[in-house]
Amino acid sequence: MELSIIFLPLIASIISGFFGRFIGDRNSEIVTSLLVSISAILSIYVFYEVVVNNYQENIVIAKWINSGSLDVNWSMNIDPLSSVMLVVVTLVSSLVHVYSIGYMSHDPHKPRFMAYLSLFTFAMLMLVTSDNFIQLFFGWEGVGLCSYFLIGFWFKKESANTAAIKAFVVNRVGDFGFALGIFLIFYLFGTVNYNEVFQQIPTITDTNLNFLGIEVGAINLICFLLFIGAMGKSAQILLHTWLPDAMEGPTPVSALIHAATMVTAGVFLVVRCSPIYEYSPIILNLITIIGMTTAFFAATVALVQTDIKKIIAYSTCSQLGYMFFAAGVGAYNVAMFHLFTHAFFKALLFLGSGSVIHAFKDEQNINNMGAVWKKLPYTYALMIIGTLALTGFPFLSGFYSKDAIIEFAYLKGNTVGYYAAGVGVFTAFLTAIYSWRLIFKTFHGEYNNKSIKIEETHESPLIMLIPLIILSIGAIFAGFIFKDLFISLGDQNNFWAQSILFLEPLSTEHPPTWFLLLTPILVLISIPIAYYLFVKNKSIPEQIVKINRPLYEFLVNKWYFDELYDYIIVKPSQKIGLFLWKVCDVKIIDGFGPDGISMLIKKISQKANKFQSGFIYQYAFVMLLGFSALLTYLIIN
Amino acid sequence: MVSIGLGHYLTLGAVIFTIGIIGIFLNRKNIIVILMSIELILLAVNINLVSFSIFLDDLTGQVFTLFILTVAAAEAAIGLAIIVVYYRNSGTIRVEEIDKLKG
Repeated sequence: MELSIIFLPLIASIISGFFGRFIGDRNSEIVTSLLVSISAILSIYVFYEVVVNNYQENIVIAKWINSGSLDVNWSMNIDPLSSVMLVVVTLVSSLVHVYSIGYMSHDPHKPRFMAYLSLFTFAMLMLVTSDNFIQLFFGWEGVGLCSYFLIGFWFKKESANTAAIKAFVVNRVGDFGFALGIFLIFYLFGTVNYNEVFQQIPTITDTNLNFLGIEVGAINLICFLLFIGAMGKSAQILLHTWLPDAMEGPTPVSALIHAATMVTAGVFLVVRCSPIYEYSPIILNLITIIGMTTAFFAATVALVQTDIKKIIAYSTCSQLGYMFFAAGVGAYNVAMFHLFTHAFFKALLFLGSGSVIHAFKDEQNINNMGAVWKKLPYTYALMIIGTLALTGFPFLSGFYSKDAIIEFAYLKGNTVGYYAAGVGVFTAFLTAIYSWRLIFKTFHGEYNNKSIKIEETHESPLIMLIPLIILSIGAIFAGFIFKDLFISLGDQNNFWAQSILFLEPLSTEHPPTWFLLLTPILVLISIPIAYYLFVKNKSIPEQIVKINRPLYEFLVNKWYFDELYDYIIVKPSQKIGLFLWKVCDVKIIDGFGPDGISMLIKKISQKANKFQSGFIYQYAFVMLLGFSALLTYLIIN
Repeated sequence: MVSIGLGHYLTLGAVIFTIGIIGIFLNRKNIIVILMSIELILLAVNINLVSFSIFLDDLTGQVFTLFILTVAAAEAAIGLAIIVVYYRNSGTIRVEEIDKLKG
């Protein structure tokens, strides 16, 4: 039964991908949605078993690599951590499958799309159920590949193609670090299986290594390299540039891959490797700082974007930052909790925005929307739920997870912790502002779209709304229901059991009451503020923009990260590439190699050609000369 | 009187052989001349064989000569046949116009 969780999506993908042409669009949609849904139901059952009966199992599917001391199994490892991920991945995936039936109804390549979605689900399940780093890496690259396929799904669009390539290339940077990390683990321990590695970690706390001429602690280096991989996949600052561009893909893809599942793989990696990270306080601080910076950076950029999907993309980036700084302060369980709740409300927001885009016939600019809340009542209500959950409105899911992150950062008690908590609170405020800006600009104010009339906007079909409703239930209740399970403190019957290691138990104290109330209050007052700024008195934001023109430009251009990378990496490598192509390849290698030799042969054969006069008597004469020469030679010898 | 010895026969053979060779590649006109030249070369060889046969008292050389004459006759017949066919196909047997082997 456990195995069918993994293999049903793969089978669905094969059926739809290879035989979609024969079984038709409708059947491929039904087959993939059905199989992935079954997989989701089974996952929920497994999760239930894990919660209630402490079910834990490592099923070896096959021997994979067995060479020297490298012994890698293809296995399905079920423990609390992977069971949570199983639920998140398969549940969101099945809802997105169903939603896609409605969203992609006008697309001519439905079987291909569904096949990619299912294949992605399979790869993601490979990633989360692995019991070793190699299989993890396989899943890691598998989801990267599917992400590439799906971002570039509309391959006729130039921008979609470049975005897909960008996502792939930026991820390579992270993967390079990740691969090095795995090599280092194998070099130090001679094994890549989690259990064996984690057991041996305490024995190398004093080992130092020479890396690029610098003497560093072995554990710190492993953590750092693995974290680079996590940064790439989870779009943390410096390696985040691909995520906003990835919004070129269809919206269900953004919801599944770039919000709920794939981008959280980095967080999952850090949490999974908690037995390593716990021994490296320096890198944990680095993770906190990177996470915090990402959260803040992405929130500021989201304030001024006008593309509805990009706002949500930056919001995702920001929330991933929260998860990382939760992991950084040692609250891995809280990071997982936020990952869990975030999957619901962010998928809800993305699918909701897809519904809005659908209603406006592929319009994505929020300046060209407005006033349609009466026309799209369900979408409106669901988006509101998603927004409330995202901003951490009291008693919705985001409230429990995000506030827990900020509290744990505060309780960490060191400088980085306090700093992170402060930035976390401020970012929560920014999050509320940009989220409500999105809602108010999309649904309230005046109707600003010139290309289609307001009467023509229409509510999405039921098949798109049902997944939204299910997700909204998750967005409302997931935090409340699973709070005790995921982040209950000081409990001996810890749900996470062996899957997360806490070197020192998490602080069980509570931060001061004023601090606990700070975030919810900020979130609450941000609603009227946003309403006032973006609906009632629109001149104020315009004034602010006018006064702070450079700051505004800075934010609109996303802190100039793309331009910077363009200048220091893309342009030089383009020049190097041109040089290698035009000079090294064409002139030197081809010039002296293939082209040169063929030219030489051509010239020689043109000369040799002249010997062939075609007159028999000349041939005979030459034969005679040759024969005489041979004879002379033989006689003389 | 000079007695005619082996040297004279061999010289005659060599002269005829050389005429035959020169006949092949100095000839630009008629392909039949080439055929005749080949015939000359063979005869030169025959003269060599016969003269050695007489001077060494070994009949094998003369027997061999008979074989060569037979083969030469056959070869001449085939050669002429080829020329007839070639003339039928290309309308000429002038040596300088036969250059179909040219690359």
